Amino acid sequence: MIRALALILLCQLLGEAGARAAGLPIPGPVLGMALLWGLMSASGTLADLVRPVGEGILRHLSLLFVPAGVGVIGHLDRLGPQALALGAAIVASTALAIAAGAGAFVLVARLTGSRND
Amino acid sequence: MTEFAEIWSYLARGPLVWLTLTLLAYVLADFIAEKAGRRPLANPVLIAVTLLGAMLWASGTPYATYFEGAQFVHFLLGPATVALAVPLHAQGARLKKAVLPVLAGVGVGSVVAVTSALAIARALGADAALLATLAPKSTTAPVAIGIAEGLGGSPTLAAVLVILTGITGALIATPLLTALGFKDWRARGLAVGTAAHGIGTARAFQVHPSAGAFAGIGMGLNAILTAIIAPAILRLFL
Repeated sequence: MIRALALILLCQLLGEAGARAAGLPIPGPVLGMALLWGLMSASGTLADLVRPVGEGILRHLSLLFVPAGVGVIGHLDRLGPQALALGAAIVASTALAIAAGAGAFVLVARLTGSRND
Repeated sequence: MTEFAEIWSYLARGPLVWLTLTLLAYVLADFIAEKAGRRPLANPVLIAVTLLGAMLWASGTPYATYFEGAQFVHFLLGPATVALAVPLHAQGARLKKAVLPVLAGVGVGSVVAVTSALAIARALGADAALLATLAPKSTTAPVAIGIAEGLGGSPTLAAVLVILTGITGALIATPLLTALGFKDWRARGLAVGTAAHGIGTARAFQVHPSAGAFAGIGMGLNAILTAIIAPAILRLFL
């Protein structure tokens, strides 16, 4: 477990350093994810090592957003007189983006014959 | 009573109290969500945040004090993002067969998320700084903060809008996608991850493993894409 955790942190570290060094707009952990994905694809041993720990962290992904979420409560008044505009924009645009994204995926999947199996 | 006050003031100085309460609030919230059959409205993030917010308010604890304990949980967001490689690796074969639909879904979802948010907010009277803050709201928090700052928006408010967007996506995705008749878990997950980043992805994992993996892909690609397109789209609204 410690080895898997060390590997995950190492990927994040390399991702952060790489993104910063190259001035990429990509967040370090996303680059680290790509790196770990590459390593897991290259080596079955590494994939078996990381899998249980990775699944363990992700099983409670929701928990990790709680501290930031609590911070939001104290800042709700910062929305101020624009709260209505922001609230409407967030709810409507999130719904539109979900519907449009899913629609585009299904449409192109049908056109290219990419089936869900 | 003085004893309790003394013990409390001793404990409240360290990170243990709020770290413990964060985990306990989540355990309780997850239990409630489970009992409610994982219905979207019984979102564990929303329940835990409400519980903790009430506790902070009742005890008069500032957020900075709370965060000293909660930062250990918050820190794991980075490693968890890296760990998304695990489901992506597991779904690798299915992903390879769906490269074009994935790119189309993320591309359309990303453009619609930014454009529609800016159009609605401007129609309702939001000013330029607020539009810059709102533009990256569908991306994961560290990216959104960076983009908002670069565009002349407020980083703190950007983080708030990101969380609100994530919770909104997690709450509405299931009923919305079901009402529209989408049955493909890949499409459902990808759309939610694109529009509602990690909180949407967490919800997708609760619903279906392939929805979760595709949500992770959507979140990662959207972070990159929004960083590229948000400045150009924002210019159209200024």
